Amino acid sequence: MKPQILVFGYGNPARGDDALGPLLLEQLEARRANDWLQAIELECLTDFQLQIEHALDMPGRDQVIFVDAHTRCPPPCTLEPLQPCADHSYTSHALTPAALLQVFRDIHPARELPPCFLLSIRGYRFELGDPLSPQAEAHLSAALQQLEQHIRQQVVQADPPADPYCLSV
Amino acid sequence: MYTHLETAESPETLRRVVIDPVTRVEGHGKVTLLLDEENHVRQARLHIVEFRGFERFIQGRPYWELPVLVQRLCGICPVSHHLAAAKAIDQLVGVDQLTPTADKLRRLLHFGQMLQSHALHFFHLSSPDLLFGFASEAARRNIVAVLEAYPETGLKGVRLRKFGQEVIRMICGKRVHGTGAIAGGMNKALSREERDYLLQDVDQIIAWSGDAVSLARDLYLSDREQHDRFAYIRSSFMGLIRPDGALEFYHGGLRAKDERGQIIFDHLDYRQYTDYLHEQVKPWSYMKFPYIVSLGPERGWYRVGPLARINNCEFIPTPLAETARQAFAGYGAGNPVHGSLAFHWARMIEVLHAAEAIRELLLDADIMGTDLVTRGEKRYEGIGVIEAPRGTLFHHYCVNDEDIVTRANLIVSTTSNNTAMNESIRQVAATYLDGQTVTEGLLNHLEVAIRAYDPCLSCATHALGQMPLELELLDAEERVISRIQRGVTA
Repeated sequence: MKPQILVFGYGNPARGDDALGPLLLEQLEARRANDWLQAIELECLTDFQLQIEHALDMPGRDQVIFVDAHTRCPPPCTLEPLQPCADHSYTSHALTPAALLQVFRDIHPARELPPCFLLSIRGYRFELGDPLSPQAEAHLSAALQQLEQHIRQQVVQADPPADPYCLSV
Repeated sequence: MYTHLETAESPETLRRVVIDPVTRVEGHGKVTLLLDEENHVRQARLHIVEFRGFERFIQGRPYWELPVLVQRLCGICPVSHHLAAAKAIDQLVGVDQLTPTADKLRRLLHFGQMLQSHALHFFHLSSPDLLFGFASEAARRNIVAVLEAYPETGLKGVRLRKFGQEVIRMICGKRVHGTGAIAGGMNKALSREERDYLLQDVDQIIAWSGDAVSLARDLYLSDREQHDRFAYIRSSFMGLIRPDGALEFYHGGLRAKDERGQIIFDHLDYRQYTDYLHEQVKPWSYMKFPYIVSLGPERGWYRVGPLARINNCEFIPTPLAETARQAFAGYGAGNPVHGSLAFHWARMIEVLHAAEAIRELLLDADIMGTDLVTRGEKRYEGIGVIEAPRGTLFHHYCVNDEDIVTRANLIVSTTSNNTAMNESIRQVAATYLDGQTVTEGLLNHLEVAIRAYDPCLSCATHALGQMPLELELLDAEERVISRIQRGVTA
């Protein structure tokens, strides 16, 4: 059975580097025809920001990867595992991914939380009407590479090749 | 009125407390308090810092882009901007009357937006204060704690919101950035499968919405004395109204009532709004202060949103919500209800109305029609007004011969509530904080007052790494004496 992977990119496309998450998903979608992406059940979702109802998108996934612009992560991007956390994001209209995982756990106490990761891409300007900054545009390519590499690893782990030296799935 | 707390004399001698940004509102808000040596409040102001650039964002774009473009103004109510823009550009293509199917699809879309936005606000942002107390431990005042302590209530909130989002997705074809409404109509018909998908859950949604009204009412009445007087201000109210006096969210005339419930103006063509509403500028705020011209800037400020709409209407055209409205009106004993916390009660009555109206529209014979677009003669000016979840929303555009927007003016509901929110925090500051040692719990009282209005400060950016709340205590020279973050003292 193919691994079920949800990639959730969020941000406002009209606010400069906040568009990084949705833009990365556009690029990933454009590569759907690649053989290695055929080896998984990939769903790409985008929204302006994470909200409580997005916890209802997570059940049944083998893995969830969130993609967002970040104001302080080391450039070009970081990929880190996530754990549920009732963090400070409740104080705004938007949730952090960790808080969303906590919501998932609270509304689905009997379900196992899938492994979740956050791909943070360094952004620099976020004003309404700003275009993507040149630095962020460069980070986008690096982030796509890292995301693809991560997804390939999941494919290999789910269905190891007969030849262990052959990783080109 | 608490205008005596708007501007202090000799502010340089006073101690300043800043809440920056205000939490659980969309975007960035800042409250500043000036206190004297005995902790008496001398000045209280709410500053909105994200209201620049809307018009600039829109000017220079072709009008047909606007229904999609303006959704990006706000991460919480994109559909409201989408529909206000669509109503304005209908006029630019010479259309004053949509086909029955297009009109009903837009209304259905709008009810979906109203449902999801109100559910988010009540269950996620405000119920923690009401369930656990305004001064309860900060770590408990959140949706996660609600889900832990009241799992059924929390889950209903999540699912109500999800249903509203699904209504939007069925009509627009996708969750965000959809193109449901276009100039003169709608872009896509609703299929039988899409309609049936929504119909299968709608009765459950109506039942949960009824539970939400009961919860909001019971929470309000559980401490009637405090909730009545908390952030209590008396104001005029304004919003759209149907010709027969019914509650109306999508299209109608403007009605304003004064604080005693007497009509100021009624069934006004909203395209004449500039004759009746003006905006005052104050040097300490980026956000303007609208007022009713006939009453002047001092007395002409008003409130919009759920409390205004429920106070202003004569009936609600769906049975369960009308019963709930009658109970609300009975509480006011024939007078408008003025307590700011009553916004939550009114908001849940609107959720119930939205759920009932969604069911009616899904069963309407026109809803799956395919006659979607009307055309007319080009015009150069269009004004679209709707009742967004937070209140009356104005989009006003002028275009040139090339169909490029040359002028845009937006009045969002949070702007209309600007004076009221400032009055509310001044009332709270004067009642609860005056002479007290400032604590996080007391400062949260100010935020509870602001959150009653569900201000949408229209900052859809949410980049990680930003601290949502900082409290800074500064001396008269504005040097930082101490800084408090949620759960951290530095």
